[in-house]
Amino acid sequence: MVATMLRRELGVERSANLVDAETIDRAWQALAGVPDPEIPIVSIVELGIVRAIRVEDTSLVIDVTPTYSGCPATETIMNDIRDALAERGIANARIVTRLAPAWTTDRIAPEAKRRLREFGIAPPHVAAPRIDVTGISPLRRIVAVACPRCASMRTRPVSQFGSTACKAHYRCDDCLEPFDYFKPL
Amino acid sequence: MNEPSPLFDYVLRFADSDLVLAQRLGEWVGHGPALEEDIALTNVGLDLLGQARLWFAYAGEVEAQSHGRGRSEDELAFLRDGSAFRNLLLSEQPNGNYADTMARQFYFDQWHMLVLGSLSSSRDPRIAEIAAKARKEVAYHIERSADWVIRLGDGTEESHQKMQAALDYLWTYTGEMFAPDNVELALIETGVAADVRALREPWLANIGRVLDVATLALPTVAWMQGSNGRGGKQGVHSEHLGHMLAEMQFLQRAYPGSQW
Repeated sequence: MVATMLRRELGVERSANLVDAETIDRAWQALAGVPDPEIPIVSIVELGIVRAIRVEDTSLVIDVTPTYSGCPATETIMNDIRDALAERGIANARIVTRLAPAWTTDRIAPEAKRRLREFGIAPPHVAAPRIDVTGISPLRRIVAVACPRCASMRTRPVSQFGSTACKAHYRCDDCLEPFDYFKPL
Repeated sequence: MNEPSPLFDYVLRFADSDLVLAQRLGEWVGHGPALEEDIALTNVGLDLLGQARLWFAYAGEVEAQSHGRGRSEDELAFLRDGSAFRNLLLSEQPNGNYADTMARQFYFDQWHMLVLGSLSSSRDPRIAEIAAKARKEVAYHIERSADWVIRLGDGTEESHQKMQAALDYLWTYTGEMFAPDNVELALIETGVAADVRALREPWLANIGRVLDVATLALPTVAWMQGSNGRGGKQGVHSEHLGHMLAEMQFLQRAYPGSQW
């Protein structure tokens, strides 16, 4: 169902090409089953890393948008995509890296955000442009983040750079537990 | 071999500055003053390394267009000598104490933010794409380094003194960031390069605001390293780069082509 919806959204037409709409559906299903290597609770489709699956000439093209430039998971993700497609009998797909528009956490599906919270990672707020380019007193301007364990709003950042590039390190002043916050990007 | 194209040279400047600074930050791994700091420095270094790879990949493609064959990311990073590096002198300065590292990062981040903002509208679409993506990451770097300048500047007597000394020491390495040479001027003309001359005033204003809060003084020395067209961007480096490269490039030099 998701695959059909996404296909419609992307305007992929059923065509007489060797690669048909059924193959595209199958590719979406395959990639929906590829977990993010760092946060396996969500798939790379839910994270918005797979931007489009389309037909170019007669071959299948997967448009992929990397998250952070230095994310060590990027190469693993590329390999996982190839493996997942091969398992479904799609061997000749081309993976194209798309830098623009740059990946943003706003691409993460709402359902995936809910599961992040259940997993103990506070999901990202909307990625508003950061206005104060001088970065003065940033820690005091950060929006309130709800603790994913006890829902308290009495939390504070320990460091904007946590266990991975995409996460900040927070602490809850009520349940006293540390937690990760998926940084808006 | 023909002369490298100006575009190749220009793109390498960003690749090399990111790579060299990432390597410097990597030297802190396991030595940070606190676990969170260790992780944060590594994360910033990782972002810069990722950005360096995007620039190197593009530089290789540009080289392929003009020379038939373009070097890979690894060849560019590990098999060039110091004089072929185009990084800013600031990025290669040693880590020193924590104030030195943060002063270097503060000057660099503030410049980086502005230059990437300008490059986001470069007429070269690939440069614009990389810059727009990198800028979102640098928005986090800039907050962190400014925060540390304020914490150390407005901290104890000793931290204040060390932060001021670091800012003063590194100040003369900031000149070349805003001094375009002929390579840059030609590309500014065609709308490809950032006109860094226009960025110095906003840079001064922004760092001035942070230094005010930090109770620190803006250095006033006018003389600048490398601003006479003989600096990092032209491959004329301080003695520190060679030592750094000796360590960074050792493995590929001793065991050419080895892979993980």
